[in-house]
Amino acid sequence: MHELSLAENLLQIIEEIATEHQLTKVKTVWLEIGKLACVEQGSLRFYFDVITQDSIARQAKLEIIEIAGQAVCAQCNRNSLITSYYEACSHCGSYNTLKVTQGREMKIKELEAE
Amino acid sequence: MCTTCGCSTGQTRINGKTIQSLHLEKPIQFRPLKHSNTSDHTPSLPIKNNCASETLAFGTDVATAHAPGMSQARMIKIERDILERNNQYANENRRFLSERNILALNLLSSPGSGKTTLLVNTIQILRNKLPITVIEGDQQTDHDAARIRETGISATQINTGKGCHLDAFMVQQAMQQISPQQNSVLFIENVGNLVCPSNFDLGEAYKVVILSVTEGEDKPLKYPDMFHAADLMLLNKCDLLPYLSFDVDLAIEYAHRIHPGLPVIQISAMQGNGMQVWIDWIEANRLALPSTVQYQT
Ligand SMILES: Nc1nc2c(ncn2[C@@H]2O[C@H](COP(=O)(O)OP(=O)(O)OP(=O)(O)O)[C@@H](O)[C@H]2O)c(=O)[nH]1
Ligand SMILES: [Mg+2]
Ligand SMILES: [Zn+2]
Ligand SMILES: [Zn+2]
Ligand SMILES: [Zn+2]
Repeated sequence: MHELSLAENLLQIIEEIATEHQLTKVKTVWLEIGKLACVEQGSLRFYFDVITQDSIARQAKLEIIEIAGQAVCAQCNRNSLITSYYEACSHCGSYNTLKVTQGREMKIKELEAE
Repeated sequence: MCTTCGCSTGQTRINGKTIQSLHLEKPIQFRPLKHSNTSDHTPSLPIKNNCASETLAFGTDVATAHAPGMSQARMIKIERDILERNNQYANENRRFLSERNILALNLLSSPGSGKTTLLVNTIQILRNKLPITVIEGDQQTDHDAARIRETGISATQINTGKGCHLDAFMVQQAMQQISPQQNSVLFIENVGNLVCPSNFDLGEAYKVVILSVTEGEDKPLKYPDMFHAADLMLLNKCDLLPYLSFDVDLAIEYAHRIHPGLPVIQISAMQGNGMQVWIDWIEANRLALPSTVQYQT
């Protein structure tokens, strides 16, 4: 359910930018969402469509760029790609040594607008 | 329902009074487009995909294909965190708390794990040693705040309506109402939910997750974000262990897979076992707050 809050926060940022840049229509919104960020993309799109209905971002397209999860190993100091919090280091096989360095992002990156 | 957009945050209430939702204080009016030819809005395509798999090849001609007299699509680079508003409020809360040397703890669990029972019993033990205030978060009712008030401690109830978590703005409003004392402990009982409250920084010093033994050992694996974000885990209702097949070691092992080194305290909030360890943890962390020399009124 927090996808609803995310969509609202997103719309608020878009509206701020629209005022600042005197936009009349937002056509596309690019987001960066980390794979570990616990965001359900389908749900986010659904709420975004609902709450933007009467806004400047009506019918805007959401483009979601996925950011892979990455962690550094405290044992061997190397980076691994991860898709969950409980994976072993892909280099030395250690468990419980990974520290997440990337993949929790929830960012708005760019707008295409008029 | 929020009249602006039909969402649910407009239902947020504090002690029964409706508050403004975090977003859209007023619908924003848009002026007709004026041409601004500032150079910082030049097309910036294509966007690179960090995953390095596919490059998004969209609309390279978007910004150039415009007929005279028609409005021109343009690209605006932004780079802002979607939850930046929440995080700003959280930082303000953190500053407010640190200026007053208040230890704020965000209590998180699924519904019914024993957060309010824990608070009531914690208050009984701590009340003569420390000033305490409580903020209660639930979708509906002020039952939990009433349970706290029965102890003689002041409590503010936030009702989130359909909202499934507290956000930093709600907590800021609640703190303004309750004005917690200097050098006190502020307990914030979040909405019972193991999923999204972990995403919303409230400005607390620590997140405390409560798992009760009736919920099963595998909750840390099923709700990893919560256990990853937590600073302390309380394993509650341990008085029931003789009647269950709950494997304490396995539950802790699962928690440590998600969050290596997460401290765990086994308690029975109801019967009091292990409570002293939890109380010691609170007192130690309160003393460890960076004490503030310059406090301005
Ligand atoms: N046996 C046992 N029961 C407990 C313990 N702690 C809480 N309970 C019971 O668990 C039920 C729920 O407790 P609450 O304290 O209301 O739980 P909560 O987490 O505040 O619930 P919500 O605010 O609704 O999410 C109550 O019936 C409590 O009496 C405990 O340590 N042992
Ligand atoms: Mg409760
Ligand atoms: Zn390694
Ligand atoms: Zn709304
Ligand atoms: Zn939520």
